[in-house]
Amino acid sequence: MKHLLARRAAVAVFALATVAGLALSTAASAADRFITVASTTSTENSGLFKFLLPIFTKETGIEVRVIAQGTGQALKTGAKGDADVLFVHARAAEEKFIKDGFGVKRTPVMFNDFVIVGPEKDPAGVAGGKNVTDALKAIAAKGAAFASRGDDSGTHKAELKLWKAAGVDPKKGGSWYRETGSGMGATLNTANQMGAYALTDRATWIAFKNKKGMRIEVEGDKRLFNQYGVILVNPAKHPHVKKADGQAFIDWLTGGAGQKAISDFKLNGQQLFFPNAGDAGA
Amino acid sequence: MADGAFASALSMILTLDAEFVGIVGLSLRVTLAAVLIAAVIGMPLGALLAMYRFPGRGILIVVVNALMGLPPVVAGLIVYLTLSRSGPLGALGMLFTPTAMIVAQTILVLPIVIALTRQVVDELWSEYRDHLTSLGQTGIAAVPTLLFDARYPLGIALLAGFGRASAEVGAVMIVGGNIAHHTRMMTTAIALETSKGDLALALGLGIVLLCLTFSINVVVYGASRVGRQMAG
Amino acid sequence: MRDTATILPLTAESLAFEADGKRLIDRVDLTVGRAERIAFIGPNGAGKTLTLRMLHGLLAPTAGTVRWSRDDGTVAGRKRHAMVFQKPVMLRRTARANVVHALAAAGHGRGEAADRAEAVLRRFGLDRLAARPARLLSGGEQQRLAIARAAALEPELLFLDEPSSALDPGATRQVEEMLGELHAAGVALVFATHDLGQARRIADRIVMFHKGRVVESGRTANVLDRPETAEAKAFVSGELLW
Repeated sequence: MKHLLARRAAVAVFALATVAGLALSTAASAADRFITVASTTSTENSGLFKFLLPIFTKETGIEVRVIAQGTGQALKTGAKGDADVLFVHARAAEEKFIKDGFGVKRTPVMFNDFVIVGPEKDPAGVAGGKNVTDALKAIAAKGAAFASRGDDSGTHKAELKLWKAAGVDPKKGGSWYRETGSGMGATLNTANQMGAYALTDRATWIAFKNKKGMRIEVEGDKRLFNQYGVILVNPAKHPHVKKADGQAFIDWLTGGAGQKAISDFKLNGQQLFFPNAGDAGA
Repeated sequence: MADGAFASALSMILTLDAEFVGIVGLSLRVTLAAVLIAAVIGMPLGALLAMYRFPGRGILIVVVNALMGLPPVVAGLIVYLTLSRSGPLGALGMLFTPTAMIVAQTILVLPIVIALTRQVVDELWSEYRDHLTSLGQTGIAAVPTLLFDARYPLGIALLAGFGRASAEVGAVMIVGGNIAHHTRMMTTAIALETSKGDLALALGLGIVLLCLTFSINVVVYGASRVGRQMAG
Repeated sequence: MRDTATILPLTAESLAFEADGKRLIDRVDLTVGRAERIAFIGPNGAGKTLTLRMLHGLLAPTAGTVRWSRDDGTVAGRKRHAMVFQKPVMLRRTARANVVHALAAAGHGRGEAADRAEAVLRRFGLDRLAARPARLLSGGEQQRLAIARAAALEPELLFLDEPSSALDPGATRQVEEMLGELHAAGVALVFATHDLGQARRIADRIVMFHKGRVVESGRTANVLDRPETAEAKAFVSGELLW
């Protein structure tokens, strides 16, 4: 009889604890004041948000929930109304997003640059180059392995633009061009493993921890400029969008405090992103 | 890298790093809730499926068995499309919350619970049927008796469900969004750290996850051993 | 004494059961009165088990009727007949819990069920087994537990399907003692048996089955010592019937 009672008590306590835990977790999320931001893997993986968001939340009391997706996916998420703000880096796609009525306005926030990384062995002989299209042509000519994100992200779109500028269609080349369909980090892991070249944004590269055997081969070309923009999802299309809090975030990011925080963010002593909200042409 | 991995695992556990604790806590909450809900829904359904004959029963059993292998990403995708603001249940605003993750994982665990319950109750019912019918316990009234007597195999079924849910990353990644401090679980954290190239940390998290699963299995095994001695 | 609230006599008329186009039970008539002890005998496949199941309500006859004197064999919502099967069905619980389960299924409250279970186990000397897992008991202990469990329901009639065919003589004697005690307390017994000696020891009347029909029935001594039909003569003298 005693065992029965003890067992039943244990089960009851366990069940109650679970239900309570579940209730608490969902109740807590309902009471919080928060916005949902769809952003890129580069901003997330570099650690920028981990640094930036607590400053914003402390100032405004608004929690920012970031979903790190590729730019293409982030734009679709915004179009479906599943995010309040987009923070991405593909200007042409962003402007189309606004034109199609899914976003209110695009504001530049910050920039960094892309670099071409590759194996220390450098089979295509492009190390130290300052011309990205020449480097890409050399890689294609040599048939050296190249890992592409292939996921419709901002980086992927930028990469395709560069191939076009170089006059090369990598998909027709052969098996040296490998599309991983994944985020930046996963693609870099794959590039490392395959001894391949890849296009990456500098911030992700600096933060990336699996660099053994790889290095930056090409940098500094003006065409490797990478601009980030922020957009409020159009409340006219999706009435539930948190207009006020979303705009507050955008205003903070592009205002004095946010811009300073962005330039304050350093990894290994290096600044990863450069604020340029005031740059109208960006 | 192995020593780096064990070192990270140990340091996370010993320092009880706040973020780490949050991630472990969320993983347990989501997966245990999913298993509990799947048990409450799935066990009676599995029992009834075992006891009653009706047209289409055979096909239903095959479908349920097949769903045990439903790819987690597919389950995640279906829930995502349903809960998206542009989807049928968008007004609930449940996307990117732990609740959505619980829903997705419950869908993954439910077929396991139903299929294994059906299997066990089927055997038990054919053994007990005359006696229970004689006592006047027919149909639904017999379900509690059958489920209680099947408690050990059912416990294993729940463990199997727990294993499946705690190991998957596809569903919770899609419907949860792996949001820091909010929907980041052990498996999605491992995926993230891997994509950041921090393989030692990822492996460390993996070790912690394995230890957690192992501990739960030890507890359940111990409890069933004690229980069996008491009830045959 | 609630004489009016009894389910006996039980009357079966022209009972028949057909399956796959075969008549497995054909025109069986039977009456069971208060505290009567009736043995079903006959070769395997003769229809003893099928008839028991139909009388108890586990199987619906394809023709004929089973009539209790009251409401389908129940009084105040409680079934007043019970059955013990050839292989005792033991739930995966302790002996005591098995009895409690039967009482709870019959509608008794938890506390009352616990008390009654305790009482019936003590009555039949099974209380030292109460906390043991029922499935770990010996064959004889399980069968006695099954009978005690049925007795706890306070039936007016107990059906038993070959209660001791799998037991050794010692266990068989214990089972027969239990049945004797139940009979002394006023419970009617209808049981199938292979053991003609058992029929002689504990039956008032014998009904002999062969190929789904009743070929002979009457007082025990008459059927066993002065069988009238050819089949009965052959069976009682130990010949094989097919």
